[in-house]
Parts: sequence; C-alpha cells; structure tokens
Amino acid sequence: MRSPFRPSVVPDAGILDDHRPLVRQIERRGLLRGGLSLGALTMLTGCDVTDTSAVGRALRAVSDFNDGVQAALFDPQKLAPEYPASQVLKPPRFNAYYDVEDVKPVDGDAWRLELGGLVSDKRSWTRRQIADLPEREIIVRHVCVEGWDYIGQWSGVPLRAFLERIGADLTAKYVAFRTADDYPSSIDMASALHPQTLLATRYAGETLPDPYGYPLRLRTAVKLGYKNPKWITAIEVTNAYPGGYWERRGFNWFAGL
Amino acid sequence: MSESPGAARTVPPQPKALLGRLHPWPVRIMHWTNAAAMVVLIGSGWGIYDDSVILHGVYFPKAIRIGSWAAESLLWHFAAMWVLAANGAAYLIYGLATGRLRERLLPIRPRDIVLTVRDTLRLKLAHEDLTTYNAVQKILYIVAILAGISQVVSGLAIWKPVQFSGLVALLGGFQGARLVHFAGMAILVGFLAIHVALALLVPRTLWAMLTGGPVRRPSSPGPLKEAVR
Repeated sequence: MRSPFRPSVVPDAGILDDHRPLVRQIERRGLLRGGLSLGALTMLTGCDVTDTSAVGRALRAVSDFNDGVQAALFDPQKLAPEYPASQVLKPPRFNAYYDVEDVKPVDGDAWRLELGGLVSDKRSWTRRQIADLPEREIIVRHVCVEGWDYIGQWSGVPLRAFLERIGADLTAKYVAFRTADDYPSSIDMASALHPQTLLATRYAGETLPDPYGYPLRLRTAVKLGYKNPKWITAIEVTNAYPGGYWERRGFNWFAGL
Repeated sequence: MSESPGAARTVPPQPKALLGRLHPWPVRIMHWTNAAAMVVLIGSGWGIYDDSVILHGVYFPKAIRIGSWAAESLLWHFAAMWVLAANGAAYLIYGLATGRLRERLLPIRPRDIVLTVRDTLRLKLAHEDLTTYNAVQKILYIVAILAGISQVVSGLAIWKPVQFSGLVALLGGFQGARLVHFAGMAILVGFLAIHVALALLVPRTLWAMLTGGPVRRPSSPGPLKEAVR
C-alpha cells in the first residue's frame, strides 16, 4: 500500500529548473545573513525555517542536543502523577494554532484512520473498530509550553496496545501523526509505548467534543501539550525524522515532561 | 564564635586561595561567563513568561526580551541553561576546593551587619579595601548563590515535571515551581541591580574583576590595602 503521507500529486521536476535563479538568490541572501554571525542576532525570526544565521543554527543544534538529553532522562517505567476525578477541568482548555471558532468538525462516520510505514497490517480503521479495543483512563496534568496547566481525564486505547495490534515495528524510532487540521506531529517510540500514552476517544467519560479532537486524538502524559495532535487521520511508524508543525517553527521536538 | 582561653593568638595559616591576585583568572572567567548566561536566561525567561503570565497584568516589554517570540526565547533559554549550570557547578567546586568561598563569605557576625548598615546609612561605607567584604556584601553574595541554585532546581522541575515529579510536589505543584522560578529571577534581578550600581560607583571593583585586582602576598599577615603594581 502506498504511504498516506506521500502527496497524491507529485510536483513536476521542471519547476526546479524554472526557479533556479530564485533559489540561488535565496541561498546568496542566506550566506550574507550567516556571515553577519553575532550581528545577525537582531535579525533572528523564529517563524523562518530558512534562518541560516550562525546563531540560529547554533541554537537549533543545542535544541537537537537537548532532544538526546531528554531521551536519556526519559524513564519508560516512570508514571506521571494521577489525580482524583474531582480535580478534572470541564470542559478542557482549548488550544490550537487557530481559534476555537475555526475548528472544522470531523464526520465520525466517514472518518477512517489510515496506517503507513513500518506496520504489517495497514488496513484502515473505523470508529467502531477502535471502540472495540481495550481501553484505559488517565487523569493527568496537561502542561502547555506557554506555562499553563490543567487536570484532564482521558480514555482510549493505549497507543502501545494499538501499535502491537497492527504489527508495528516497535524498534522503529518515530511514530508520526497526520491530522484533519493539518497539524503534523511525531513522538519517539519510547514515549509512544509509555502506559500513559493513549489514542483518546473520550474526555471525562463523554465522547470527545469536536474542539478537543473528535473522533481520535493523541493524549500522552509524558509530553508537552503541543505534542498531542487532535483529529488524527493517519499514523505512520518510521525511522525517518518526521518533525511537526511547531517543531518546524523552532520549538523543541522531544518536548518531554 | 567563642574563643577558648587556651587558644594561642596566632595568625592562622592562610589558605592557598588567599594568595596571589584578589580575583584569580578562573574566578574572572567564571564571573563573566555567569554574567552572560544570567543576562540571556533572564531576558529569554521574560519572553517565555509573557506567553502565560503568573502575575496578572505583569508583562515584560518586547524591547527587553531575548527572542522575538516564544520559540526563540525557549531556544535561548534551553541553550544558556547549560552554560549557567556547568559554570555554576565549576564555580562551587572551585570555591569549595580552594577554600575561597568560606574565606570570602564567612563568617557573618550580627555585630558586623549592624555596623555595615549604620555605616551605609551615614554614607561612610569603606571601600578602599577591595579584598574583604562587609557583612551585607557577604549576605548578598550568599543570597545570589542560593538563588542561582534554586533556579537550577526549580527550572529542572518545570522542564521535567514527570521525571522529577517528587521535586514538583516539593515546590507546591507545577505552578508552585513556576512561582519559585519567577521569584528566584526577581531576587537575581534585584541583586544584579545593586551589584552593577555599586560596581559603577566604585569602578575599581569593576577593573579588578577584569584584571585580577590587588596582589596578596604570602608574607603579609592580612590583605593588602592597595593594589600592588
């Protein structure tokens, strides 16, 4: 089966030839900015993936190094603290790269979960099939990179059980997600196999409301909030670094708690 | 400290840290490394803080933040933290191993505190001798060192609240840890304001931290009053 992550229409190779002068111009500009070195500090713009200044590169190199440190610090046996149901925030706090009014609900009946990558059984899943899987509930703290937090009560199939069920290569490095709101995300395999990492379908015992990722979202107690993609449409197991929406904009990839 | 009647009144042998320059080169390197790391951590910390403030209505203006938005501030913060932690650890190990920390910062006698405060209020603060700290200086430096250690510990709790969940509980939960981290910043900024203001008032101290300051000879019973050139 063809990977669901491959674009259906591949761009014409001739495009590169047509735009070669422009590409070269961009590279030259990047060199100039890089040459400014420390002086380029004030020119740093985080939204800019092509930030090739020496400082920008150095900072991202440290961020990559921090990914490794965090992976080493991560204890797969260590459970996040759980809390009594009385502390659960209802409804949970909404957060995305757009406002809650702009949420586009997903049609649960038409929805399918596609699978790709290092998985032996790549058949897609319906909502009903996922509902038949064994479930776990966690009442854990959600920590946003911005600094706020709340206690949430999430239920769904543990990602580990799901990965085992579909015959995923559990020695692969990454589990990547694609979502209906175009918010690609990925986590390391060790965190994916953590007992408090769920493919959540319910919040506080109720079917997940639209703004929080109906019909299926990731909820892991061992990552910052932005590592919990909502409205998941495809999962891929891979050894090629998949990155993510905020990671591409300069946020740390591992983002472990 | 009580003196036993039998103790001979001899000048105690000076620890090695007392010899040579007032600020030996390792201290100077660590001082300026720490200064740079602290400035970056404070400025980038303000950028991170502004995304979700602790004190309602308290924001740090963009002009004094490091990083044009949260992602950049975070990159700076999580890079400079290694510099601060490694440099701070080296400073503490050096200070303890050479006896310098104890020699410079202890003892602090209540009588000395009263004297220093009185002299300060009368604008008679003595600073011709750079080689000894008055009681208030000692307290300020100890507070700054403890605040620095507290920043590393509370920072670790905020960074890894699951891996170090015990630490988070000790600090009163996740927001408690943030508050401790914020308070530590406030203390360090306060220290910095006093420290820099006084260094500018007595520029010789600034010069000493660049060049090493007065030389202290093994033969002299006490620290020299003036720089030997």
